[in-house]
Amino acid sequence: MRFRAKIVDLGCLNHFTRVSNTISKLAKTCTLRLSPDKLYFILSDKVANGGVSMWCELGQGNFFDEFQMEGVAADHNEIYLELTPENLSRALKTAQNAKTVKIKLTNKHCPCLTVAVELPSLSSSSRIVTHDIPVGVIPRKLWTDFREPTVPDFDVSIYLPVLKTMKSVVERMKNLSSHVIIEANLKGEMNLKIETDLVCITTHFKDLGNPPWDIVHNRIVHFILLHEDVSLQYFIPALS
Amino acid sequence: MKCLVTGGNVRVLGKAAHSLSRIGDELYLEPLEDGLSLRTVNASRSAFACFLFAPLFFQHYQASRPPQGQPPRCKVLMKSFLSVFRSLAALEKTVERCCIALSTENSRLVIQLHCKHGVTKTHNLSFQECESLQAVFDPALCPHLLRAPARVLVEAVSPFSPALSEVTLGVSRGRRVVFRSYLEEDTDAARAMMTEMSLSEEEFQQLQAQEGASITFCLKEFRGLLSFAESANLLLNIHFDVPGRPAIFSIEDSLLDGHFVLATLSQSDLCSQEPCRPGQGTHSTTHLDDFANDDIDSYMIAMETTVSEGAAVTPRTPSPVSEEEAEPNVVPGTPPLKKFRSLFFGSVLAPTESPSEPNPVLAEDSEGEG
Repeated sequence: MRFRAKIVDLGCLNHFTRVSNTISKLAKTCTLRLSPDKLYFILSDKVANGGVSMWCELGQGNFFDEFQMEGVAADHNEIYLELTPENLSRALKTAQNAKTVKIKLTNKHCPCLTVAVELPSLSSSSRIVTHDIPVGVIPRKLWTDFREPTVPDFDVSIYLPVLKTMKSVVERMKNLSSHVIIEANLKGEMNLKIETDLVCITTHFKDLGNPPWDIVHNRIVHFILLHEDVSLQYFIPALS
Repeated sequence: MKCLVTGGNVRVLGKAAHSLSRIGDELYLEPLEDGLSLRTVNASRSAFACFLFAPLFFQHYQASRPPQGQPPRCKVLMKSFLSVFRSLAALEKTVERCCIALSTENSRLVIQLHCKHGVTKTHNLSFQECESLQAVFDPALCPHLLRAPARVLVEAVSPFSPALSEVTLGVSRGRRVVFRSYLEEDTDAARAMMTEMSLSEEEFQQLQAQEGASITFCLKEFRGLLSFAESANLLLNIHFDVPGRPAIFSIEDSLLDGHFVLATLSQSDLCSQEPCRPGQGTHSTTHLDDFANDDIDSYMIAMETTVSEGAAVTPRTPSPVSEEEAEPNVVPGTPPLKKFRSLFFGSVLAPTESPSEPNPVLAEDSEGEG
């Protein structure tokens, strides 16, 4: 098993850092799956048991200037690692002005993802910050646990309003209640509602588009974020 | 004792208070001929810090009132002293003069801040008279020296989490200066991230140490001096010896100097191939009970400050070896000992001097005065 990758472009580095920061907020530990073309951050708590689940896919070519990997075997050319995403975020935080960032799979006192950051310095020789992030290698027999979720059957699918607006609404609601009710219909209308003993607050959104999917019944809220080179899917089980 | 600080120096004094507060809970004030010394020591006696402000730092400095001759030494609660200088921004913006006076009649350390708009804030801190807090250390005896602008060192330790307790500093192959996070014995090595920062020798004004030299010390305590040095834009010197001997961190300019003396772990190994793994360290268990002289009073003083003549160390039993998980790459080793050696404190009384008053140390253990 080998993995070596390098980021040289600052824009790509910032983007990768932002993805890593997002993942670290969504999951305490997750699985990093490496294939020749893509990286995946996967969290697969069984949603039926009330756990959230997440699938994030990145095209490696959009981030890395160099990317080489050799999987566990020729016919299974992938690597699955268990990782604490917060460690990756902390490592990338030190790379804000980096000249290069190299990430490789190493075996120090245990398997590690080593992030080596080359920083500019006043002298002729760069500063180097090295982070060894311990990872767990997930054996091949468990790989089937990490399959991409199929787009589930659902009642309604709707485009969310401008995220900034939604974020500020939800942040304020957070102070009042720990649960939020999401209502949406096929006419492009969505409500975010909180109900407590004292007060009931609803924010109405109109004229949101509905993507053209088929409709069937389901009990999971599925958030999909699609960006040019990253897709992130996040599943939250409904309480009722 | 009476002194007056004006202008920007008030903030400097405040910054020093903040630095010292990272080390100990009690602030010792010693007015000396060559300036006002502020000192502190931590509870486990593994860190000692002092600042000496030269008379020129003050607009007016009087160590002691002539009739008495002997300048009073006192200690106050660090929290109380710090509260006077809590907001450095406010000190800079509003305080014009700061007057510190030791009033033995009222048993109070009076700190007056004369601020803009005619506002005067007077703080009356209760103090305890005490003997001198003195750590025995001599930078000249340390074979290794590292000197750099504070800014470089601030950047060097910036990759480390503020929660990190200890760091290993050393010279690795190629004469690079390396800071590496130190994993404590109870850290789950399987989960903990290891971080290392490596800088070229060229970034240092002076590097007098051979490859392989390294020490492990408390980063949190070091940051206390580092932030002061950075705000004053000073060079910082790190004098060190073999692992186990205290390391001396110092700064100076024409008006003041500061020394932080920190104990180092007796086992320190900067291997470039693998992260620092605790090995079987040899621990000195010598415990010297020699005192400067047999005079009962210096014996009593030794109770207040640990006195020794040489390498005094509190005896420890070696920790049991702990087996790590049975993996081929993991070396079972002794968990690193968290306890740092106690620092060495010298006897206050010179052999010729005789104590004039009944032993003040006895008062130490009684309830503080109201």
